[in-house]
Amino acid sequence: MSGATLAPAALAETRTPAESGALRAAVPRVVLGLYLLFLLVPIYWLVNMSLKTNLEINSGMTLWPQNPTLEHYRRIFTDASWYSGYINSLTYVALNTVISLAVALPAAYAFSRYRFLGDKHLFFWLLSNRMAPPAVFALPFFQLYSAVGLFDTPWAVALAHCLFNIPLAVWILEGFMSGVPREIDEMAAIDGWSFPAFFIRHFLPLVAGGVGVAAFFCFMFSWVELLLARTLTTVNAKPIVATMTRTVSAAGMDWGLLAAAGVLTIIPGAIVIWFVRNHIARGFALGRV
Amino acid sequence: MAKPLDNRAWFLVLPVVALVAFSALIPVMTVVNYSVQDSFGNNEFFWNGTGWFKELLDPSTDLGGRFFDALWRTLLFSALCLLIEVPLGIGVALTLPRKGWGVAASLVLLALPLLIPWNVVGTIWQVFARRDIGLLGAAVNGLGIEYNYAQTPLAAWVTVVAMDVWHWTSLVVLLCYAGLRAIPDAYYQAAKVDGASSWAVFRAIQLPKMQRVLTIAILLRFMDSFMIYTEPFVVTGGGPGNATTFLSIDLVKIALGQFDLGKAAAMSIVYNLIVLTVCWVFFATTTRSQSEAVQ
Repeated sequence: MSGATLAPAALAETRTPAESGALRAAVPRVVLGLYLLFLLVPIYWLVNMSLKTNLEINSGMTLWPQNPTLEHYRRIFTDASWYSGYINSLTYVALNTVISLAVALPAAYAFSRYRFLGDKHLFFWLLSNRMAPPAVFALPFFQLYSAVGLFDTPWAVALAHCLFNIPLAVWILEGFMSGVPREIDEMAAIDGWSFPAFFIRHFLPLVAGGVGVAAFFCFMFSWVELLLARTLTTVNAKPIVATMTRTVSAAGMDWGLLAAAGVLTIIPGAIVIWFVRNHIARGFALGRV
Repeated sequence: MAKPLDNRAWFLVLPVVALVAFSALIPVMTVVNYSVQDSFGNNEFFWNGTGWFKELLDPSTDLGGRFFDALWRTLLFSALCLLIEVPLGIGVALTLPRKGWGVAASLVLLALPLLIPWNVVGTIWQVFARRDIGLLGAAVNGLGIEYNYAQTPLAAWVTVVAMDVWHWTSLVVLLCYAGLRAIPDAYYQAAKVDGASSWAVFRAIQLPKMQRVLTIAILLRFMDSFMIYTEPFVVTGGGPGNATTFLSIDLVKIALGQFDLGKAAAMSIVYNLIVLTVCWVFFATTTRSQSEAVQ
């Protein structure tokens, strides 16, 4: 303890209090700035590369594009095999988010409001699916969805991603719902509201932040996943992340095109983050802070 | 107030149970089924009992040696990720502003890597770390340090770990920040009156208040780093040699590459049981600390 309190006193001898205070206030900002720089430089490099011609990429190191070109982006937006990848990805992500939330909302309500036979075991079983490595499920999913005729449709990927998104949505929503006082439910029952009417018209608005956060997480984990999405699709429902794994042509890697496709996958995530920026910290703590 | 007991609540959880059972139970049964059989192709299967498991858990066999090598690599990777990301995450969370426009801006920038598809994360680091076209690769080689992640195992490991730190430290930061924000200003004022040093404030106020979110952070990071597949697969493809072949990568190789269903299934089950054990410990500790917090 004494060492920790002595250190500032020793500093104060050499600097005036105002100077050391300003210095100390600057340290966190510098650390944060350096860390954000570390996060942004690799992304900048990707954007930089997406705006260069392949000739420039392969001919040497340039810190910014010497002849900026939108050629790679134009190719993605005009070539159906590229832009349909984005549409496929967004389709199954949207389907998955809707399915996950629709079934997770009543379940989270049940977990937050009632005790019932086997509730703790059920909750653990659900969570254990969030912890199962997707690699374990790749082959059985391939066979299962082939057998039921859903292979190579957005539904296959959307349902497969439910495996880890439903448990997560239940977990987050349960946290948020437990923060709503139970008196509200009792008063609604006394006032004669039926359960569905109460749930939709009165309860949902109270946990709107939680629903937003849960939707954000469903979007996030479905959007970033590659292994299952690639395994369960071939042509018709091929997601953008799988399209990107095949940019090797006769002339070698098409780095510019790959970079442009990568930049375009960052944009939906950035938009979604902007919408939930005020809830994000609480959401990452799964509503449990 | 205790929650009322009402078994009709089962009707509310039924859709979830049905969907997750469809997605989880049938595949798990398939895996269990394969794990006790052998196949010579043509869809002909033979009973093999616990043969695959015995081979898998015996390091002297080909399969067992391969499995344990991949397991140690994965454990080392998880340990490195946790050792770097948790202290760094706490440190960065402490530097975040508490109010003002900087809060939203910092949070959005911090969350950005988390929303990038995992193979794009791999691509970003691939083009960033390559010695011919990448800024990092060219800079490190320019400093006179030999760095080529496609050839030396050490460089491959540095790249893969740096990528994971880049990708996931933000999760630790955001969780810790959520914990820090829950500390009332009065605590800091009291500490100021007492003349506490910033280290004392950290040890006595901030760290205890972050304990619960840190548990979540550590275990989420353990799970996800232990299951990692896409990012190292894109960057190194498991190489050079087998230097970065983690369990997931090896499993996919056996299952979808070689179609060795029995071996892959047995490996899946052991792999899953390891994660499940940790998951159970996680569930037990968090629920216990929550009930302690209530008391």
